[in-house]
Amino acid sequence: MIKVLLFAHLQEAVGQSKVMVELEGCTVQDVKKWMEKEYPQLSLEQMMAAVNEEFVTDDAFVKDGDTLAFIPPISGG
Amino acid sequence: MGTSLFEIVEHPIDVEEVRKKVVNRNAGAITLFVGTVREMTNGKKTLFLEYQAYPEMAVKMFEQIAKEIKERWPEAKIAITHRVGQLEITEIAVVIAVSSPHRKAAYEANEYAIERLKQIVPIWKKEHWEDGSEWIGDQLENVPYAEGKPRF
Repeated sequence: MIKVLLFAHLQEAVGQSKVMVELEGCTVQDVKKWMEKEYPQLSLEQMMAAVNEEFVTDDAFVKDGDTLAFIPPISGG
Repeated sequence: MGTSLFEIVEHPIDVEEVRKKVVNRNAGAITLFVGTVREMTNGKKTLFLEYQAYPEMAVKMFEQIAKEIKERWPEAKIAITHRVGQLEITEIAVVIAVSSPHRKAAYEANEYAIERLKQIVPIWKKEHWEDGSEWIGDQLENVPYAEGKPRF
């Protein structure tokens, strides 16, 4: 299981802040595809990702127990 | 307010408490950046803001910024507190305190910290206007995401 975290407009689009995804041995790109199929209202192609709180690129591997967060363009400060 | 140098909080920020975290006998300067909620942006009136964070990662990114500052200004000491939740006009969203033996490093490191915060720290704001609301995706307000994209 991969814990997927959603923030800002992504969270509002899906209606929840967390989705448990039954995938393993896959890449961030694979999870993006799965999420877009499950939630057609999402567009994740340009979205930054973080695995276990570190920024990663779409070809990064995600394994069972990881936390994958999609990071919309940030606007703190 | 806690005692750790880097915090995401849900209550109003006390500037003095953040300043105290960087007090140091060898400091000759402390700079404070206080980010506040602005009413008018390009002629559009904001009613209030809503901030959301990925707190665990935000704190890690604050630590990353501190590490980068250590490399550039070895004697500088930094503390950052960012608030989340609903904030009204004029309220404080973020406080960055930097102490250093001399003022130049304190000014420079503080500006560096807020610029980096806007690039790599996972915090989002939602603008609430009279005629609607929107999550703001452009942290530098005039730079498209492609250029503001976090550096690893």
